[in-house]
Amino acid sequence: MSIFTELFTDYTLRNVALGSALLGVVSGVLGCFAVLRRQGLIGDALAHAALPGICIAYLLTGAKTPLVLMLGAAVSGWIGVWALLRLVQHTRIKEDAALGIVLSAFFGFGILLLTFISRRNDANQAGLDKYLFGQAATLTTGDVEAMAVLGMIALVLVAVFFKELKILAFDSEFAASLGFNTHAINLLLTTLIVVAIVIGLRTVGVVLMAAMLIGPAVAARQWTNKLSVMCALAALFGALAGVSGALISISESRLPTGPMVILSMTVIAAFSVFFAPARGLVWEWVQLARHRAQLRRGLAAGK
Amino acid sequence: MLNELTLATATNADISQNPALRAEDFPVVINDLTVAYRDKAVLQDVDVVIPKGQLCAIIGPNGAGKSTLIKAVLNLIPSAAGTVRIFGKPYVHQRRLVGYVPQRTSVDWDFPTTALDVVMMGAYGRLGWVKRPGKHERELAMHCLAQLGMADYADRQISQLSGGQQQRVFLARALVQDAELYLMDEPFVGVDALTEKAIIALLQALRARGKTVVCVHHDLDSAPDYFDWLVLLNVRLIAAGPFSSTFTSDNLHKTYGGSMKSAIRHIQHFEDEHRKLSTAN
Repeated sequence: MSIFTELFTDYTLRNVALGSALLGVVSGVLGCFAVLRRQGLIGDALAHAALPGICIAYLLTGAKTPLVLMLGAAVSGWIGVWALLRLVQHTRIKEDAALGIVLSAFFGFGILLLTFISRRNDANQAGLDKYLFGQAATLTTGDVEAMAVLGMIALVLVAVFFKELKILAFDSEFAASLGFNTHAINLLLTTLIVVAIVIGLRTVGVVLMAAMLIGPAVAARQWTNKLSVMCALAALFGALAGVSGALISISESRLPTGPMVILSMTVIAAFSVFFAPARGLVWEWVQLARHRAQLRRGLAAGK
Repeated sequence: MLNELTLATATNADISQNPALRAEDFPVVINDLTVAYRDKAVLQDVDVVIPKGQLCAIIGPNGAGKSTLIKAVLNLIPSAAGTVRIFGKPYVHQRRLVGYVPQRTSVDWDFPTTALDVVMMGAYGRLGWVKRPGKHERELAMHCLAQLGMADYADRQISQLSGGQQQRVFLARALVQDAELYLMDEPFVGVDALTEKAIIALLQALRARGKTVVCVHHDLDSAPDYFDWLVLLNVRLIAAGPFSSTFTSDNLHKTYGGSMKSAIRHIQHFEDEHRKLSTAN
């Protein structure tokens, strides 16, 4: 119980809660479009591809300034996605294989850089490896402010271009025939997904960040048939998972935050997949059993 | 003075050379169009002229490039060579005059939205960037849904519609575009009898209003009843022109190759009927 009273008084706790809520809201909303476009795994490639960017940004500046590292992550994440799309477009490599190549190549390079940095005996480097699985406890007010600004920009852009993002996700060829520049909308969506991932890296880490795009969207889809409601629900679920995961991780012997957040998200998603009305599996089983019983009664009556 | 026959039999050369033939009377003029994926030609040197007010079928075997032709006209895929003119100008200048019905299976019908919402997308082109559909678009969409007998399904989640109802939603969306030329990719595939009737009624209503409709079509049986202009395609253009004079066993042989015996039977039946009718007249 004490953790909830501390939430409003303790400086670290407040930063952690705000930061993880922000990450949940932004990745939840953008995840909806990524999942509906069947591009959920692009987030995975992007997040893994961010690692070398973080390391290079640190090597170049010698400091762990949050915004600089975020920028490094964004740039190399972007290059990863660009490489992925080029591979699919210009070779005969299929998307899943291309994803595997890009993801592991960038991540491998990132781990190499991380090892190189840790062997330099440079006192300042401590904590860079926290970007692998996230560590919410180290969030500062500065971090949270940077995340809030980026997140607000992303959410406003989603609201402004909601119609364009919707038609791109549903029927991009029709959108193109109407004269919308679908490459531009796609670019916008990818950039916003980069922003969502960069916001979450500090808290969830590169390895598991993609799950924060996919999980809230999958859970939200179960409860509604309307895109705008789905976005709102995904934001709520994302925030819920973010905050509860982060709080669990710092209350119990400083567990890494990423896995805790993802486990919370999994609980929400699993509950939704089973118990949501109409689309939930349990609901379907009940319907099926009811139909069977009806049919059996009908057959019996027929005799 | 031009008569219908001149219009109906105009060739590319006529349109560019004969000043009496006006570009406005030709919704689609395709000149030497070649489209290739990697090193394989999907369409080669295709010339097609479709006059105004016709219901035109594009017919050919699988892989003949029928959908590709429509997509190339809509500028959705790049062409390696050739030109396409819509009422005399490139497509990019004529978007508002063209309505598009993609193949029903090209989208994910589990998308979280309603029938009405999909139909309103037909107005997105006029609205342009950022501006949201409002009361006017909603009413227009309802009106178009009603035209296809779908008014009761407006608020239905699209995954709960049958294949035929989904097809009618797509047609209603094209109606919202309020176009002069409609390009439809296989609108009759996998639909129920009720939907088929609704589509035919729609096509005829569109023709009565002077609109032009171009459909990719599969079913040789029904084609003679629905269409009055025909484009036979198999990578290259085999034949194009008024339906009855183009739908011959010779042309179908060339389109489908000698193997398609059943196709030929359809034609012979059609030709017999046609002959009977002509002699009766």
